[in-house]
Amino acid sequence: MSKPKVGIFGLTGCGGCQLEILNLEDQLLDLFAAIDIVHFTEAITEHSDNYDIALIEGSVATKHDLERLEHISKIAKVIVSIGACSGIGGVNCLKNLYGVEKAKELVYGDKKEWIDAIETKPIDEYVKVDYYIRGCPPNRSEIVDVIRSLIVGKIPEIPNYPVCVECKRLGNTCMYDLGKTCMGVVSRAGCGARCPSAKSGCEACRGFIDDPNVNAQKDLLAKYNLKIEDIMGMFNLYNACKKTDRKTI
Amino acid sequence: MTENLNIEVSPISRVEGHGDLVIDVKNKKVEELIMRIPESPRFFEAMLVGRNWSEPSHITSRICGICSVAHTYASIKATETAFGVKPSGQTLKLRKLIFHHECVQSNTLHVYFLAAPDFLGAGSVVPLVETHPDVVKIALRLKQTANEMVRIIGGRAVHPITTVVGGFTKIPTEEEMLKMKDMLKSTYPDLEKSLKILKTLKMPEFERETEYISLTDKKDYALYDGDIKSSDGWVIDGQQYLTKINEKVVRHSTGKHCWASRDSFLVGALARFNNNYDKLSDKAKTYAAELGLKIPCYNTFMNNFAQFVEIIHSIDDSIKLIDEIMEAGLDEDKAMADVNIKAGRGVGVVEAPRGLLIHDYTYNNEGNVLKANLIIPTNMNYANIEMDMDAYLPLIIDKSEDEIRLAMEMLIRAYDPCISCSTHFLNVKLVNK
Repeated sequence: MSKPKVGIFGLTGCGGCQLEILNLEDQLLDLFAAIDIVHFTEAITEHSDNYDIALIEGSVATKHDLERLEHISKIAKVIVSIGACSGIGGVNCLKNLYGVEKAKELVYGDKKEWIDAIETKPIDEYVKVDYYIRGCPPNRSEIVDVIRSLIVGKIPEIPNYPVCVECKRLGNTCMYDLGKTCMGVVSRAGCGARCPSAKSGCEACRGFIDDPNVNAQKDLLAKYNLKIEDIMGMFNLYNACKKTDRKTI
Repeated sequence: MTENLNIEVSPISRVEGHGDLVIDVKNKKVEELIMRIPESPRFFEAMLVGRNWSEPSHITSRICGICSVAHTYASIKATETAFGVKPSGQTLKLRKLIFHHECVQSNTLHVYFLAAPDFLGAGSVVPLVETHPDVVKIALRLKQTANEMVRIIGGRAVHPITTVVGGFTKIPTEEEMLKMKDMLKSTYPDLEKSLKILKTLKMPEFERETEYISLTDKKDYALYDGDIKSSDGWVIDGQQYLTKINEKVVRHSTGKHCWASRDSFLVGALARFNNNYDKLSDKAKTYAAELGLKIPCYNTFMNNFAQFVEIIHSIDDSIKLIDEIMEAGLDEDKAMADVNIKAGRGVGVVEAPRGLLIHDYTYNNEGNVLKANLIIPTNMNYANIEMDMDAYLPLIIDKSEDEIRLAMEMLIRAYDPCISCSTHFLNVKLVNK
């Protein structure tokens, strides 16, 4: 069996997902052995347009991003979104809340017409995404699991239950009982409840589960005398990009 | 001299983010020498407006995956200064500890993975797995240790969780502190081997004296805290950065250039080394001498070695910090200081792996951000990169086109530029030749 050819690409983002691939450390050499990485600008000089699988980090936030995404989607047979910016828009969407034109003016003043910036969107607003590696940043183990599944032709399993399930398994004290707010009730698990385990509320960086129990979140807020506004900042930190068919609370 | 030369490298690889190099020589005259930055603008200053004080460190951490700890702390320090928050001595020591290891992680990534392939005749770290497996394995072990240190203290290796205004949401256990000390001690044989390998690499001969700016401190080799120092003979409190560090718009460019006492300045490991050599650990000084790195050093390529010397210092100083924290006894009660919100402005200045990093926030009395200004090390270096390119090109112009391309890329890579960071406000920048 020939090794699958993989391209790793970054649109608008922080490079942290690509860094987490380089951070695989003890598994990195095995990864290099199992797949043929033909494009990875952050780490490799040689590059080619001959790949079967594209791992795409970052949001679409410029016309240039969109051109690159369209180019990649014509070549790749399988598209994998990696990270929050790519999958749900991530922090880049905060720019939309402020207003693209206003943001250009605030940062660039009278030079704003030079700037290539459009409303930030996750990549699946433009192309069909086959698999999502969630999170900001993604779990390294999940990166490996998804790549492994792709090599053997298996569908990767990504949890579709809330972070609360993982907190219960780990025996974490509920963030609300520590006087903190938390999005874990409606947020997609798979991170091992990393933030609550570090005594910090979940910020929903993996997005929401497909069928969030909105009433449970409302009951929780009522129990602790909180209003929906109290968690709105947390709500929109990574999830400010609006999507018509995405369920939100 | 070559009469005509037309080189375009797009994109420059093995740097963080997207930059292009364009060299155009016609009839022996340099028409164009450009480092173009088509990386997307991010608009972080706009994103921050209106956000609650607890959020900027989590938002700005996402400016850069490689230096997320540095952004986190520039942000936290700005907020703490604005509110007058006084973190405990234990918190400050733990902060210095996590700071060291982002620097070790980042410097290791650059020296071994991004820069070394050039000197070993490879296009990336991938062929080195076959030709130089020892080098790759050492780099992976060092990175793993540094990332594990950041994970233990910060909750994860990229975009830390526990690091908040006032202190830590969770501090390491005694067991974890001892584990970290053991991990650090075990790196010494790898560093010794690395030194032997690095000694065989020949840095190009190129000197151009410039202004070197970094933090400085009476006790520490300043990374987490200190005043701003210039090799041109001034020292200022970080809160006063606007009195010395200026930004200007360059013709045909939307990006801003930074300048202080002269046309350009350099920040990063070489600036820190030049300004704070005497605060390095003894072992780090010995390693510097072995590599032929002496102060003042005006060869930008030596930044690669300065980064390696800093790794040794960080390991030495981390062991010292762990001993001090353990001697005082870990205390959960000292994890968080009181935070009382008030209106005001605060500036947070730190040394990111790539150099001086400044966050400047103004808050209203509800603790929401009114205004934010961020100045990023790679932006500070752009003007200096171009002036180095201008000075270096004539020295290598008789070489082949391929050699010139590689030499110029190596010069840019020596700065370890972080383009994602720099484009939070910068889009395209052209050199005026």
